[in-house]
Amino acid sequence: MASSCRRPEHSAPPDVFYNEEEAKKYSQNSRMIEIQTQMSERAVELLNLPEGHPSFLLDVGCGSGLSGDYLSEEGHYWVGVDISTAMLDVALDREVEGDLLVGDMGQGMPFRPGTFDGCISISALQWLCNADKRTHSPPKRLYTFFSTLYSSLLELITTQAMRAGFSGGMVVDYPNSSKAKKFFLCLFAGASGVLPKGLGTETSDRAVSNQVQFSGQRCRFKNMKGKSAKKGRDWIFEKKERRRRQGREVRADTKYTGLRVTRLWKVVPPSQYPKGENHRLSSPPDAPTLPGRSRIILSVSAPLLHLTHPEEEDTEN
Amino acid sequence: MKLLTHNMLTSHVKGVTKGYPLLIKATEVKMNEVEFNPQFVSRMIPKLEWSALVQAAEELGQRQDLPGELVSDYEKNEDFLKKVHRVLLEVEVIEGCLQCPESGREFPISRGIPNMLLNEDEV
Repeated sequence: MASSCRRPEHSAPPDVFYNEEEAKKYSQNSRMIEIQTQMSERAVELLNLPEGHPSFLLDVGCGSGLSGDYLSEEGHYWVGVDISTAMLDVALDREVEGDLLVGDMGQGMPFRPGTFDGCISISALQWLCNADKRTHSPPKRLYTFFSTLYSSLLELITTQAMRAGFSGGMVVDYPNSSKAKKFFLCLFAGASGVLPKGLGTETSDRAVSNQVQFSGQRCRFKNMKGKSAKKGRDWIFEKKERRRRQGREVRADTKYTGLRVTRLWKVVPPSQYPKGENHRLSSPPDAPTLPGRSRIILSVSAPLLHLTHPEEEDTEN
Repeated sequence: MKLLTHNMLTSHVKGVTKGYPLLIKATEVKMNEVEFNPQFVSRMIPKLEWSALVQAAEELGQRQDLPGELVSDYEKNEDFLKKVHRVLLEVEVIEGCLQCPESGREFPISRGIPNMLLNEDEV
């Protein structure tokens, strides 16, 4: 089953995968556009920027600028970095408002310290976990990315302080749904913040209107698919009745009749969702306290747990 | 590429310590009208490297009457903010390249997008 829904990062390096054909989808496929926009909305909400102030943001893996469009809508200024020139060409054709750069996040962010108020990255971080070339080492590339990102968000830090960590953690929205589940890695630089609550867990407030709501629309259609009207409970009762009229031997109707399919599903109310889905990260105890506060929100499509490199063991010796 | 982005960009080639400011060798520059937001401009001014901005504007022939020193009470000086706004957000480098002052490495700019990708031996 896992092989039937292979993720893009498993098929080719990002600069190869996002070719012209793939890039075109991001300007035409309304479902992709909707999901990207929804995730950007949630990411900006998690950024918790001071209201009414236009901010200067970095969008890592900006692609065709769908997330950037949302940032512009909110009145923010942004710079987008992406490795795929085909995707950036689409962004140019869409006349996005932000400035664009070609860059590889694994090579670090080429910005002066203290440049940005915040950073978002929608479904890009997972690409860093791959070793697409012989020389790539995912842990090293992740470290380069985070250390340069840390510096471009904060003022007055030395190379030594760059080794100090962010604080923050993982926010998981809809942990119980395999389709709607989203991981947001929230990192705070400077004064530590309180980790936001994931959506779809018992503590989240679903009534808040400025939060992105999970509509379940995709799931509804998904469930409809392949389930013809013929297999429904009513249809079974009708068929049994028909057979009885024909004088055939039919089992008596019970409360279980026609429930075979639906019994496979168990509806769990939000109050019974398992706890402990938010995992905290913490800074080392000797990390200096830094002035100001900035946040970055990185949405990842898979938990970043196993970082291995095929040649790691050889090079260690 | 806007000069705001240029002001923040550094060269990240291996072995380069400062790599700032990048020299602009432009072959095509465009003016692109952007809505004036005094609040954003005055928020960005403390983050700018003023001398680098003046130098960049000079290189592109777009300095006009931008003062060489930062005005002290710029928040209230709308005339000054407008000048900064024009240089920061409206001047765009479309074609050309950026050059690292230390290593001499050139980063090409095409269709307004600088290519900051490094070769494997530069990481």
